[in-house]
Amino acid sequence: MKEYKTITRVAGPLIFVEKTEPVGYADIVRIALSNGEIKNGQVLDTSDDIVVVQIFEGTAGIDVDTRVKFLGDTLKLNVSKDMLGRVLSGSGKPIDNGPEIIPEKRLDIIGAAINPYARASPHDFIQTGISTIDAMNTLVRGQKLPLFSGSGLPHNEIALQIARQAKVIGKQENFVVIFAAMGITNEEAQYFINDFEQTGALERSVVFLNLANDPAVERLVTPRMALTAAEYFAYEHESHVLVILTDMTNYCESLREIGAAREEIPGRRGYPGYMYTDLATIYERAGVIKGKKGSITQIPILTMVGDDITHPIPDLTGYITEGQIVLSRELHRKGIYPSIDVLPSLSRLMNLGIGPTRTREDHKQVSDQFYAAYAEGRDLRGLVAIVGEEALSERDKKFLKFAAEFEDKLVRQKREEDRSIAETLDLGWKLLGALPANELTRISPELKKKHYKEEGK
Amino acid sequence: MDKGVLYRIAGPVVVAKGIKARMYDVCRVGNEKLMGEVIQIEGEKTIIQVYEDTSGIKPGEPVVNTGEPLKVELGPGMLGSIYDGIQRPLPVLIKQMGDFIKRGVDAPALEQEKKWDFKATAKKGDDASGGSIIGEVEENPGIVHKIMVPPNQKGKIAEIKSGKFTVNDVIGKLDTGFELRLKHYWPVRVARPVTSKLKPEAPLITGQRIFDSLFPLAKGGVAAIPGPFGAGKTVSQQQLAKWSDADIIVYVGCGERGNEMTEVLTEFPELTDPRSGKPLMNRTVLIANTSNMPVAAREASVYTGVTIGEYYRDMGYSVALMADSTSRWAEAMREISSRLEEMPGEEGYPAYLSTRLAQFYERSGRVVTLGTKKEGSVSIIGAVSPPGGDFSEPVTQSTLRVTKVFWALDAKLAQRRHFPSINWLTSYSLYLNTLEQWYAKNIAPDWHSLVGEMMSLLQEEDKLLEIVQLVGSDALPDRQQIVLLVARLIREVLLQQNAFHEIDTYCDLKKTYLIMKSILHFSKLANNALDSGMRMQQITSAKSKDRLSEVKFVKDYEKLLVEITREMEKELKA
Repeated sequence: MKEYKTITRVAGPLIFVEKTEPVGYADIVRIALSNGEIKNGQVLDTSDDIVVVQIFEGTAGIDVDTRVKFLGDTLKLNVSKDMLGRVLSGSGKPIDNGPEIIPEKRLDIIGAAINPYARASPHDFIQTGISTIDAMNTLVRGQKLPLFSGSGLPHNEIALQIARQAKVIGKQENFVVIFAAMGITNEEAQYFINDFEQTGALERSVVFLNLANDPAVERLVTPRMALTAAEYFAYEHESHVLVILTDMTNYCESLREIGAAREEIPGRRGYPGYMYTDLATIYERAGVIKGKKGSITQIPILTMVGDDITHPIPDLTGYITEGQIVLSRELHRKGIYPSIDVLPSLSRLMNLGIGPTRTREDHKQVSDQFYAAYAEGRDLRGLVAIVGEEALSERDKKFLKFAAEFEDKLVRQKREEDRSIAETLDLGWKLLGALPANELTRISPELKKKHYKEEGK
Repeated sequence: MDKGVLYRIAGPVVVAKGIKARMYDVCRVGNEKLMGEVIQIEGEKTIIQVYEDTSGIKPGEPVVNTGEPLKVELGPGMLGSIYDGIQRPLPVLIKQMGDFIKRGVDAPALEQEKKWDFKATAKKGDDASGGSIIGEVEENPGIVHKIMVPPNQKGKIAEIKSGKFTVNDVIGKLDTGFELRLKHYWPVRVARPVTSKLKPEAPLITGQRIFDSLFPLAKGGVAAIPGPFGAGKTVSQQQLAKWSDADIIVYVGCGERGNEMTEVLTEFPELTDPRSGKPLMNRTVLIANTSNMPVAAREASVYTGVTIGEYYRDMGYSVALMADSTSRWAEAMREISSRLEEMPGEEGYPAYLSTRLAQFYERSGRVVTLGTKKEGSVSIIGAVSPPGGDFSEPVTQSTLRVTKVFWALDAKLAQRRHFPSINWLTSYSLYLNTLEQWYAKNIAPDWHSLVGEMMSLLQEEDKLLEIVQLVGSDALPDRQQIVLLVARLIREVLLQQNAFHEIDTYCDLKKTYLIMKSILHFSKLANNALDSGMRMQQITSAKSKDRLSEVKFVKDYEKLLVEITREMEKELKA
């Protein structure tokens, strides 16, 4: 393979190489610096005249004497069952002082799209043990359900609690957690790894770490590495894989950085116009395939810039993922953990995963009633701020109280508390008992008869 | 064959040299013969958007120009199928390349081997022009597929025979020598011609109370349904696809979620059409180009969909096309445009965005078809996904300029689990007056006035609620409290509809009418009771009004309504 010393321009994370033989689009590139350091890159634009390469490790130290070698292959990940229990860098190299991974296969990290006709409809209810998720925003196997958080909110703890507690009731199956960190701090990463070690989860996990001080460009491949590993475990080893991606905001910032370096026309807030498609190629890799036993469930975490849900990152994510779990600063300030605000949260696949055969017959109606009653109670808080609680009618007072109880009893739970769905729903009926029967308009008379008991009666 | 070589590759846009292409010619790119379309010509350079992933393709690889535009294959066998954005059948792709979509695979859209039972209806010597119906094939039980002369042909029928044929067999000839087959091709970017366009006059009955009553769409009309994520766009679109009284449904999943398409695919075959009693899938064509499938094919997918729609319209059917979501389509345009380094318009969208949107929506309409002059229609319902739910963004605004019905989804309503979460104050339909006569003739003479009363009650409620926000509801005069009470009934009984309940998911016009009627009856009784001195407390606590929502969930609703009305009259008797 030829080596070139024809770099004509270096700009941000990009190098421009001239007079090459034909080079394939998206091929990987090895760069040898004059001091012997080796860097990796990928072709972004190729033509007869010039080839543009993005360097994963950043362009520090590159000069015009740097040697460039095109490897004639697209980016691949070495996969094997031995990856379990290992900690890898953001580009898939072991960083835990363990041995090299002997590849069983080399897989292209740009996963092909699943043929929509090959997908099976996801319907296995995953019990996370967190009431607000299980009862009102049910997670289903094969779903992609992101946590929309803000800086300083306990998204990491919630993600870990889900990873620890998530199970499909009544089934013993291969379960693998793949954790991909993009641009998070070393401290946060340690927090995750320690928790994995303490709970013994590390043995069935693969960790990909791209930390805050690692090159930003590497972040663009980290989630793809993680998902390639996930696909390998799901579809070749029949495992149910839970992929946690954190923090997608850092990923998008890197995308913007590359876009700017390529002098592309920016879209909203400077993010590239193709960000929707790019994010989709990550998120859409969740799913269940007909005739295959494994599945991929994704929990991406993103911190909303300035807690703004209309910012392009949460906005585009919400349009791709099957719902979102939104964390609330207000609840967090009140000292309520997990500070999940159910009103803007949503699980689009919920109806597929609940009901008499999967959870309980009253699940849907209880959930709908919670939403309606809690929303009404929250509205009343606004009114109370103006006219005072005294001015409320008896009925309104009950709703106001319900909202407070709901937050205190149902939303709030301990970090180790693993509530079963039955416990959650029973607790729910207890809370609904504070409201008069005729106000429960979302619940059928039969179910009311079976479960409803008015408080104090 | 016109051959050249690749010069530059940057994502889905490649540059070729040495071919003499026309705009929108289809080219085969690289050693793997990936499909692409010419989108710009600059001197000797031809710029091509490629419908498949271009990783690993090198400069110097061959490019072949087919000299023809992107076309769809039209003929029997499309109903019940699922295609990608360039009409490749997805089940066939699985057989050829497994569960994941790889590249360089070509598959004909129609089943090539299947023999159809063709009955000729035209005979030798008949005049035949474009669109003339020359025979029939039963495509699915109860759905007759009319075989037409392609729109650009004309002559006398020289030869025609009935019998069992595949789509490729010659079934006859024109005197010009043109060979007639069960199928023909049509370029997707060209609207199929019609004799004339007519004014819409009948509603597209959707079985959804809020649409049918307050904001009706006419057959041949266009509706936009914008909303932020999580507001229920997709559920609404699917409800429309399921229950609309169109003969043929084309559902385009354009840049949306894979799991949602699976939901449609697993659900539709099991649901039965309330009118024909046959599986809904029998009348449906699905086009799925999910968000992670190639972006150029996403751009093409809406054209593929509308061309198939027009083809069935030309047989004299009413067709409803759902495009979910046109924003993704617009984004695909933006993505391609930015790779071409075109000067951007608003928010990076190309300056021709609104022209393209308008052109697409103009392919709807109630028409007199070409050739055998029949009446057919294409109605288009376009979902829009405005970033951040902000309706002032370019795609929503450009769409609103051409659509006559606006169904505004509201995240606040969705959060309250008020579904369908259509905001009744901001939505509108410009067909209300056009359709007045139809409703008066077919349902009830007072339909239009009932709808008007519903609307004014809801608007009054909105005004009153502002006051309530400040002073509490107890401070309102009794008369206005009744308005609030009635408006609440309208919202909870009429407007809310449960898509997941087996009975409530579809509501016929008669039921919608009776529900409106009963609500107003209650309003009248309550006002009369107040006049004759009944205390407000007593009116509010009338149990019968709460029972009205039960009507939604029972089959034999008329009996129940009679019972509730009687109870209402008893409770509110002065």
